[in-house]
Amino acid sequence: MKVRHSVDDAIVRVSNLTCAYGDAVIVDDISFDVARGEIFVILGGSGCGKSTVLKHLIGLYAPYHGQILIDGQDIGRASGAMLLEIQKRFGVMYQMGALFGSMSLIENVRLPLQEHTQLPPEAMDLIARMKLEQVGLAAYAHHLPSQISGGMQKRAAIARAMALDPGILFLDEPSAGLDPITSAGVDALIKQLSESLGVTFVIVTHELASIFAIAQRVIMLDKESKKIVAQGNPHDLRNDSTHPVVSAFFNRRAD
Amino acid sequence: MAMTMTETIHNPQIALELGAGPDHTLHLHLDGRLDVRTTAQVWQPSMRWARRAHWRKIQVDASGLDFVDQCGIGFFLQLRLLQRRRQADFQIDGLKPRFLRLLAHFEQTDLFVGADATGPQLSLIEKVGQWGAHFYADLRAILIFSGEAAAMLAAAVVSPRHIRWSDVAIIARKAGVEALPILALIGFLIGLIMSFQSAVTLRQFGGQTYIPNLLGLTMVRELGPLMAAILLAARSGSSFAAEIGTMKVNEEIDALITMGLRPVRFLALPRMIAAVALMPFIVIFFIYFSFVGGALVMVSLGFPLAVFTERVFAYVHLSDFLGGMFKALVFSLLVAGIACQRGQATGSGASAVGDATTQSVVAGIILIAVADGVLAVLYYYLGI
Repeated sequence: MKVRHSVDDAIVRVSNLTCAYGDAVIVDDISFDVARGEIFVILGGSGCGKSTVLKHLIGLYAPYHGQILIDGQDIGRASGAMLLEIQKRFGVMYQMGALFGSMSLIENVRLPLQEHTQLPPEAMDLIARMKLEQVGLAAYAHHLPSQISGGMQKRAAIARAMALDPGILFLDEPSAGLDPITSAGVDALIKQLSESLGVTFVIVTHELASIFAIAQRVIMLDKESKKIVAQGNPHDLRNDSTHPVVSAFFNRRAD
Repeated sequence: MAMTMTETIHNPQIALELGAGPDHTLHLHLDGRLDVRTTAQVWQPSMRWARRAHWRKIQVDASGLDFVDQCGIGFFLQLRLLQRRRQADFQIDGLKPRFLRLLAHFEQTDLFVGADATGPQLSLIEKVGQWGAHFYADLRAILIFSGEAAAMLAAAVVSPRHIRWSDVAIIARKAGVEALPILALIGFLIGLIMSFQSAVTLRQFGGQTYIPNLLGLTMVRELGPLMAAILLAARSGSSFAAEIGTMKVNEEIDALITMGLRPVRFLALPRMIAAVALMPFIVIFFIYFSFVGGALVMVSLGFPLAVFTERVFAYVHLSDFLGGMFKALVFSLLVAGIACQRGQATGSGASAVGDATTQSVVAGIILIAVADGVLAVLYYYLGI
């Protein structure tokens, strides 16, 4: 089944994307759009290729086939300075945080500001502290990543992804492994950024509570068919979808 | 509003007008977009003005701003902080409600909580004490590791099936067979350089024919084992420490312990056995290639190859060879042991793995030097 949902003001436009490692196809011929300011979730079971799609969207891998437009520019075919220019427009939070272990949290958040802006040091310091405060880590500004918990590392990684106030944030499993209170805090942060600054979120997750709390629209990938098997509002999909994979996922039913 | 001393900044995306008003008030008027790029353009002039005098009030007209991101909010916060420290007023007018909410959020928080949380400042005596405590803890950990490894090695002699021989073979291939090209290259160059440098000096005395004797004795007794052990520390010891250190960071060592497996038996022993077992072959291989280098120099100086082969072992006795081999075995045991111990003592994070690797190489080379000195004295008294 080929599902396509077009939006007029798409900030991310994926057309006929096929992702593969060598000749091993992970997702096959998928298309979707993400509207400006939308909270968009890519979901699916383990191993269905969610993170692979995300890595293609952020330009780490080139598409095997198809096209990815970020704000109208083809990231899949961009290279060198062009690729860097596109990548500056978005922030990425990786699944394991990917904080630099030799730097304190505030140094991690300050790094993109140092490299990509002309702000004076006092401004960078203040802005980095604001980002850390937003994720509840202002008191840990001078701690090394190894001195804080995994959940805190994820929150610090979100703060780093937000450092340049990008228009798009790609988050890979932002609430996986977090306690319910922290997870709800991350969800609230996402909604706040979306509402106050109009940030677009593309989130990979399979945390149902988060999906229902924040997602405006989702696509669901299927490991067997390697296609998008459903797309729409998560509440509607849970209540109305007759697709066995979708129904099993939303109702937490084993195959 | 009458303003004196004004300054304006006009860019395609942002316009700023600064001026001093009556009642010691600083006025800022902003138009356009205040985002991460434009904030950088208005920050320094604004802060320069804000710090120029003790303003009773800073008043910002933000009605012309279409968009303000968090960097822009940071700009307002900095002005607010400045005034708060002076116990003076700050007022912002015309900021759109959604940006005002964001500003209000940060105004309620103490951004500088924990700002100095870098730990207490220690005095020199406390630092020395801390260093001593770390040194004692490290030494204790090394002694415990050495004791455990010795006990396990003894147990392995009694019951060899407890050793993971498949791991020993894999490690021996990686640390030995795959190291042969670098051993050959360094050995060849050492032999070549030593012979050439000796030739320059000995030529003055007509003693060039003694170059093979010099090379043979030096390489077999001292330089062969020493250089091979340093290469082992640099190439394989670092790899042992990095591998075990990464396992520690990934909690694989914790998993071993909870499965009832001893990390020393499972991880360290195969590496130590492999290093000791292959060391004699590494040394012989290294010495052989140093002789190739030496032979090349001799031939290039016009001596027949037979002169070299005849003389190179002329002064080398079996005791020299066995003494050199014993040294090599001691060195390899120390290098592999300290590398595994440093790996197991790794802290957390990627940088800790780097630290453990560096420490393993440094400690390995220091141990080689110390052991070499001790053995030199011992051999002297034993007449070897």
